[in-house]
Amino acid sequence: MSESGNLQPAAPAAGDTAANRHQVEVVRGEGGKVVVRVSGAWHLRHGMPLAASIESALTAGARPPQVAVDATGVTGWDSSLVSFIVGLAEICHTRQIPLNREGLPPGLDRLIELAETVPENKDAGLSDRPRPFVVKVGSSFLAYFDSVGKFVDFVGMVTLALVSFVRGRARYRRSDLVEVIQACGANALGIVSLISYLVGVILAYMGAVQLQQFGAAIYVADLVGIGMVREMGAMMTAIIMAGRTGAAFAAQLGSMKVTQEIDALSTMGISPMEFLVVPRMIALILMMPLLCLYSDFVGILGGATVGVGVLGLSLTAYWHQSMHAVTMTALVGGLVKSVVYGVLIALAGCYQGFECGKSSSAVGEAATSAVVSAIVMIVVACGMFAVLFNILNI
Amino acid sequence: MSTENSASGGAAAANGTANNRPPHIEVRDLTMAYGAFVLMRDLNFTVRHGDVFVIMGASGCGKSTLLRHLIGLMEPTRGEILYDGVNFTAAPPQEREATLRRFGVLYQSGALWSSMTLAENIGLPLGEFTDLSPREIREIASLKLALVGLKGFEDYYPSQISGGMQKRAGLARAIALDPDILFFDEPSAGLDPVSSRLLDELILALRDSLGATVVVVSHELPSIFTIANNSVFLDAETHTMIARGDPHELLTHSTEPRVLEFLTRGEPPPNSEKAHG
Repeated sequence: MSESGNLQPAAPAAGDTAANRHQVEVVRGEGGKVVVRVSGAWHLRHGMPLAASIESALTAGARPPQVAVDATGVTGWDSSLVSFIVGLAEICHTRQIPLNREGLPPGLDRLIELAETVPENKDAGLSDRPRPFVVKVGSSFLAYFDSVGKFVDFVGMVTLALVSFVRGRARYRRSDLVEVIQACGANALGIVSLISYLVGVILAYMGAVQLQQFGAAIYVADLVGIGMVREMGAMMTAIIMAGRTGAAFAAQLGSMKVTQEIDALSTMGISPMEFLVVPRMIALILMMPLLCLYSDFVGILGGATVGVGVLGLSLTAYWHQSMHAVTMTALVGGLVKSVVYGVLIALAGCYQGFECGKSSSAVGEAATSAVVSAIVMIVVACGMFAVLFNILNI
Repeated sequence: MSTENSASGGAAAANGTANNRPPHIEVRDLTMAYGAFVLMRDLNFTVRHGDVFVIMGASGCGKSTLLRHLIGLMEPTRGEILYDGVNFTAAPPQEREATLRRFGVLYQSGALWSSMTLAENIGLPLGEFTDLSPREIREIASLKLALVGLKGFEDYYPSQISGGMQKRAGLARAIALDPDILFFDEPSAGLDPVSSRLLDELILALRDSLGATVVVVSHELPSIFTIANNSVFLDAETHTMIARGDPHELLTHSTEPRVLEFLTRGEPPPNSEKAHG
């Protein structure tokens, strides 16, 4: 076995060609001794052979008394050769065949020694064995129940914090409450206006197509008015607020969790529920009915635009028809729904923020989960309201 | 604990505590776990009034987790923590809250409330737990900032100051209510050597002037040998503590190889004959 001591890891030479790229040859010599002959230029950009690819050649026939490496023909090397030799060493170790590394360049041998200094931690690897279907279903079921339990626990703590607020004992900053009210109230007017107006227009066009056939175009006002006030005003406002405010709550609280700001409150004896959740909950409880009322009005305005501009109705007639159609019961019903939706949005946003992991990506995931869970809860609540209002004949 | 290596435990408390007083902090048979994984078990140690007590050990051994147990952010799987002889672990919420108000905590990241200025950060606990007027709170906040060398930064937001300044501002907030016990989670992490030394000096100065007990999580040897007079060594391999006492005495008298390896960075100690003799 010849020495090749001057070899150093080097940038690939300009003249590297396919002809002098890495090559591996397994030669069986006298007494069954195996020589692994590596040659050519070993560079990552040319790819690399895996040690496993020569395992069968190593073990074909009788077990060799020794495996030696001959690197005389190597013209350049980098991590690709180190990785190959480490792989080869592992195979030899597993099969209890002594490996003679004397033929390796000194620098390369040092790197391999470094890689072998700390043995592999067998417990560190994550299991890659596929889990049986039953185990997967069971684990998902248990995880789901665990999360439901946590959410119920969170709702309980929020309820206690709200009771403290009502009794005037909650610790929070009024300036924070005012800021959150502004953020989820006044600052949301623009987007609520746009969406509500367009929903009013869409409802009016949908109705107009059918009602015009019977000469009943005036009833577009009824359709838009009742639709907005009973369902769409509250629903659309809630969905906007879930995407806008619920996500913001989750991101704010998630970031505070990552930077230990929530821990800092707890260790100061200030309840994070009272200090962080209560202002957000109160702000949404106060602002959602106002935004809903505003959305109802703008939606009706959108319908009126179609009624007057496309169907040729007079504004007065449209207004009177709307006022006749919209009852106080429907209006109050819509406002009650909006309050419930506000509570659900605040709960989803704050819960996901508090459950956020400790990485920056976890904050994004918390915001996404907050929006998705809030919208799901809103739609479920909407369905429950529909059944309840039907039973109550509202 | 059979394997535990105890050094006699350092200098007398800086503020001259009486011997018949119960320990300021006492940890009894504490077991900490994440679900089924037991991180540390059978921890037993005491911290006297005025001690600078260091929780040390290799990265990932559970030092910060122990700190989180001490300040009530995590519940022990088994065992109890007592402050001045009173069981903190089993205390009712109101009593627990009152104990928490005696703590000042400096988190690794500073954990300043980002939506508030430095003065507001310090003023929040003062506003919540004292009857001071806003003007008085502002005065106290300025004083605390001056103590940590940040006078004039009252109206800055945390994002407008450097990491080292955030740490000092966090310390100013931690001492807002003149706490009995100060907890520090890796105070030197991320600081340059000079800032780290200045922070060590600040910790000692505050301990001496406030008469507080200080508990520090650290693996910075220069810092440990500068400030600590009592310590516990957590061992990730055996999942329990393997030494306690004054770090200087552990360095010279400990027979635990892992403790010596840690305290000497794996190099032979300067007085190795004495240490092993």
